[in-house]
Amino acid sequence: MTALPHTPPTVAGATREPPWVRRLLMAGALVFLTLFLFLPLVSVFFEAFRKGWAVYVAAITEPDAVSAMLLTLTAAAIAVPLNLVFGIAAAWSIAKFDFRGKSVLLTLIDLPFSVSPVIAGLIYVLVFGLQGWFGAWLIAHDLKVIFAVPGIVLATIFVTCPFVARELIPLMQAQGQEQEEAARVLGASGWQTFWRVTLPNVKWALLYGVILCNARAMGEFGAVSVVSGHIRGQTNTLPLHIEILYNEYQSAAAFAVASLLAGLALVTLVLKFIVERRVTVLAARARRTGAAS
Amino acid sequence: MLFSRALLRRHSVLPGFDLALGLTLLYLSLIVLVPLSATFLRTAADLSWPAFVEVVTTPRVVASYRLTFGAALLAAALNAVFGLVVAWVLTRHDFVGKRVVDALVDLPFALPTAVAGITLTGLYASNGWIGRWLEPLGIQVAFTPVGVFVAMTFIGLPFVVRTVQPVLADLATELEEAAATLGASRRQTFVRVILPALTPALLTGFALAFARALGEYGSIIFIAGNMPMVSEITPLLIITKLEQYDYAGATAIAVVMLVLSFVLLLAINALQAWTRRRQGR
Repeated sequence: MTALPHTPPTVAGATREPPWVRRLLMAGALVFLTLFLFLPLVSVFFEAFRKGWAVYVAAITEPDAVSAMLLTLTAAAIAVPLNLVFGIAAAWSIAKFDFRGKSVLLTLIDLPFSVSPVIAGLIYVLVFGLQGWFGAWLIAHDLKVIFAVPGIVLATIFVTCPFVARELIPLMQAQGQEQEEAARVLGASGWQTFWRVTLPNVKWALLYGVILCNARAMGEFGAVSVVSGHIRGQTNTLPLHIEILYNEYQSAAAFAVASLLAGLALVTLVLKFIVERRVTVLAARARRTGAAS
Repeated sequence: MLFSRALLRRHSVLPGFDLALGLTLLYLSLIVLVPLSATFLRTAADLSWPAFVEVVTTPRVVASYRLTFGAALLAAALNAVFGLVVAWVLTRHDFVGKRVVDALVDLPFALPTAVAGITLTGLYASNGWIGRWLEPLGIQVAFTPVGVFVAMTFIGLPFVVRTVQPVLADLATELEEAAATLGASRRQTFVRVILPALTPALLTGFALAFARALGEYGSIIFIAGNMPMVSEITPLLIITKLEQYDYAGATAIAVVMLVLSFVLLLAINALQAWTRRRQGR
């Protein structure tokens, strides 16, 4: 018996690339990700600590940095809960009811994502600015929106408002409304149904949306930059503070503050990783039970 | 009661439709729709049509469109190619640290744009980790239009990977086996079987990356150098005009960008519907 001249093609051979192609693909992906992802991430922390621990601590504890931090936290603390309520309301109406104009509403909810951040800031200047619609009225009542904290909060709300809704809507649509209907038939009130049935079903997606919303709220630059006026210690958020430091050639301090936000981004990614798996499991389960019933 | 009677297609035992939809519409109107309409109303009030056309077609503005569009197209194209490769490697290959890499792909979504901006500038400046290798080759990235392209590539990186990945994971290997059994080479299987199935997702990812790059501001202004006519992007021009109290000019340019974003949004919606139909969901 001699060996066959050709080994028969295996299943793996039919659905896999030759080894050199696989190595080429791996190398391509690796080079691309290194250049555009890994190196930037590493260099933030490298630059932040290059001048030593003392410079780093000084940069993040100086009064202007602390006040920027507080403003960033304030803006997020207002924007995230409001967008959470909006997200729940939008998801409840879209996922649990069948009504005319639903797809238009879905598109409108996505709208802030496709608008340039600069324009998101500009629109509030046009409404509340000195030459804006309510400009004269605001001055007459000694109120300030643009170049003040309310403008920063508004711009932050605008750019982050779709996040929670977008996470909730697909999951709640997949889960359907049978469970809520059963709760109602068994005598639960509307709020009881929501708190005891709907909310536990979507809590992970909710958390996921909140995490993404918060990350964007704390990191927003363009929209906030337009409405802030860059008053040090008053209307500077952390990202704007980074810009000022960088433009003043205080590179080490700029990177020190940037490393805080980069750390926040990494925490976001870790939380996202944990929560995402739960949501995937839940969505798959919802699809299975949905298909069975 | 208003909404439920006018809009609901069928009666539901669940309560809260009026409250939820009312709240949604009120919030959207106050935060998004009314302020956005201000751009169109202000432009219509401030500028006649010829004046509008003149403002949005001055050479400096046109140069900024050219740069923003061109760089965004190139960046989205590069992301389409390498996004497909990364998605492929992440779904079809096994390697150490794969889940970490997978999680890190979302970094450009999570990293604030200002941080991305100063970091990329540091890397690609002539004394930076990457810039020092490019400088002897005569390639300048930081403070040139190439820098705009680099920043746009960074912020658009996750889109193609994240749209292609799930489609690729769902793709039944039976199809590829059938193609192989019928005598197709691996290359033919890829071009004739796999690629057509991925096309809608690939185009969606491309369009999303392109749309994001068009509006991007934070990461670009640090690395671009912002020279008028050369490396000045359109969003920056809006800010420049605002700082000169030229509200009409800023708003007119914003209207052009907004119309473009709306067109892109509709295109993306159509592409996503196509992707879903292909996936049979």
